[in-house]
Parts: sequence; C-alpha cells; structure tokens
Amino acid sequence: MLGEFALRQGDNALVLGHRLSEWCGVGPALEEDIALANTALDLIGQGKLWLELAGEELGQSADDLAFLRDAHAYRCALLVELPNGDFGQTLLREFFFDAFQLPWLHALTGSSSPRVAEIAAKSAKEAAYHLERSAETVIALGDGTEDSNARMATALRYLWPYTGELMLDTDADRACVEAGIAPLPSSIRGEWDRIVKDVLSQAMLTLPESEFAHQGGRTGARHTEHLGHMLATMQVLPQSHPGAAW
Amino acid sequence: MVGEADIWAILETVPDPEIPVISVVDLGVVRNVAVTDAVEVTVTPTYSGCPAMSVIAMDIETALAKQGVDARIVTQLSPPWTTDWLSDKGRARLEGYGIAPPRAAGGPERCPHCQSANVHRVSQFGSTPCKAQWRCGSCLEPFDYFKCL
Repeated sequence: MLGEFALRQGDNALVLGHRLSEWCGVGPALEEDIALANTALDLIGQGKLWLELAGEELGQSADDLAFLRDAHAYRCALLVELPNGDFGQTLLREFFFDAFQLPWLHALTGSSSPRVAEIAAKSAKEAAYHLERSAETVIALGDGTEDSNARMATALRYLWPYTGELMLDTDADRACVEAGIAPLPSSIRGEWDRIVKDVLSQAMLTLPESEFAHQGGRTGARHTEHLGHMLATMQVLPQSHPGAAW
Repeated sequence: MVGEADIWAILETVPDPEIPVISVVDLGVVRNVAVTDAVEVTVTPTYSGCPAMSVIAMDIETALAKQGVDARIVTQLSPPWTTDWLSDKGRARLEGYGIAPPRAAGGPERCPHCQSANVHRVSQFGSTPCKAQWRCGSCLEPFDYFKCL
C-alpha cells in the first residue's frame, strides 16, 4: 500500500516535471524559461524521491518505474499529463496543482510513515515557492491585457474539469487513511477552494460553477490519450538502449 | 588514525561545485561526521532536483580518498536543508563573490556590487535552483540572490 501511495505521488511529480521541461529553450522570455526549467527540476527531484520509496516497496528501481512502465501502469492525475498549451495554460495548470500540493504535503508531514513525512517536508518548501510564483503569474496574465485575459479564460474552461480528480477519494486513498499514511485527498478541498477563489478573483477570471470531474488517472482506469505520447518521448532512450550507462 | 576534526578540516577544502567560493561545510549540507571503525559523512540535499548533489557527494569522497580516508557518504532528508545553515563565513564570501546572501525578508538587503538598497526582483528563479535574479537600480547591474529556503 505504501508502495502504491508513493507511486501516485511520484507519478504526479515526474509527469508534471517532464511536461514543464518541454518548455526548456522555448519559454516566452529567458527568465520564464529558466523558471519553468527550475520548477521542472524540483518536481523531477521530488518524483525521484517518491519513486525510490515506491521502488523499495515494490522491488524495482526508480529508473525502471519511470522508464519501463507503459501509460496504463501510471497513477498520475489526468491534470498533470495534459499538453502544455500556451504559456498561460501551463501556468494555470501549475497553479491548480500547486494549490493542492502545498496543503497536501503539509498534511503528509504527519504521516505514520517516516519516509513519507520526510519527503513531504522536503518537497513542501519547494512547493511553497512554486505556488507563490504560479499564483502571481496567473494574476499577472488574467489581469493583464484583453488578449491575455481571454487566453486565460480559455485555459480555465479547458483545465477546470480536470482539477476535481486531485481531491476525489478512491478506495486506495481510504486504505491509506486506515494505515495512517495519508489523509483523504478530499480533506484538502476547503483549502484548495479558498486559494483558487482568491487568486482567480484577483486574476479577473470567473470561477466555473460546474463540479464535473474527469477521473481515472489516479486509479489507472483511464488516462487521457496524451500520456502515451508524452511517455514515448520521455522513455525512448532507456527503451532503445536497455541498461545503457554513461 | 584520523579524527572527526581532521575530516571536518578536509571537508572545509571541498568547494561547492556551482559556487566555488564557499565550501560544502559553509553551504550547510554536511550534517554529520562519524568516525568509528569506518568514516561516515552524512549529507543532505539543498533542492530535491539539484544536479550538483551527486557531484558534491563524489567530490567529498574524492577529497577524503586523497588524504587516505575511505568514507561512506550517507544521504539524509530530514530535517530538510535550510539556508539558515549557511555559515557566516559562507554568507560573507557569497556577497564578496557577487551573490547576495539569503534573508528571511525574502529579498536581498543590498546590491552585492555597490551596496545600494535600491534593488528589484527580475525573476524568482536563476542560474541554479538555489538562486533568483535581481537587479540594482543604482549601478544597474544584475546580480544573483541566494534564495531563502
């Protein structure tokens, strides 16, 4: 159970980290390019810590978990695997994730598993910085020009139905509560709503009313078509040259 | 027989691979040195994804090996690294090198080049995970700020 939990944590961080790394070299400005690459680096580092824990529990290496699993074996939320879209869409997705991740990691520092608690404490410091930046950027773009506001409104319509899955409880989550590993994801809902409402209103964006949530990523039941394409790029080297070292 | 103080003295000579004016001890990543039957050096990462960490572990091992010390490097995550562990010597050397040291207030006190307090943030991120980009409004020079973590 701990292994599966760490896998869900690791997959979210790794997949979002890889998505952000796709901006490296093509960011809208040098500073933004560096910021996205640095955030990607933090997330990939966190993903590695979680996947190492998952690997210890499941008897595999972190690298094998990252590079030799196909999309159906990934346990990330659908939100993080979505294509980047434009810069605004990337930052809005980052904000929705950060607004969940920071309170979630804080909650995990009380885990019955010391490993979970220490990885969460380490990651939370980085997540706080990510949230500060993604929230500021969402506000700057939403409350920017007519064009940037319209683009953010479009990104919001696209991303919104993918946000709910982060906080939907599954049987696996309930089992983790029993074992004291983690609280229910739904326990973060109030804090997420508060952060999102506050930032979207400052960003001159209207909070959507729909509560419909696409789901299936965290259970592995159904990923979006996008994950397989992303993994094909991410995994091509180790799969073309198995066991390669340099 | 080497003692713990000897090991610390050797570690003082191991520079941070990204910011060579400070040592890995100044950076605060060396958490413990234990000399029993074997030598064990406990290191904690700065940022989870910092690529310098594996280099730091390798540099420590190499520096000790050069002095005939065969050490085991142990990574420890908890408690998480904080910039509060930067030594005063390290902070002064950072500033001398042109990198403003971290402050709890969230930004640099002054420009490391001309000491003006008229400084502005350019970006929350910089050339390495531990730095942000700032600029001085007086001498107009850009500079790195060591992020407070």
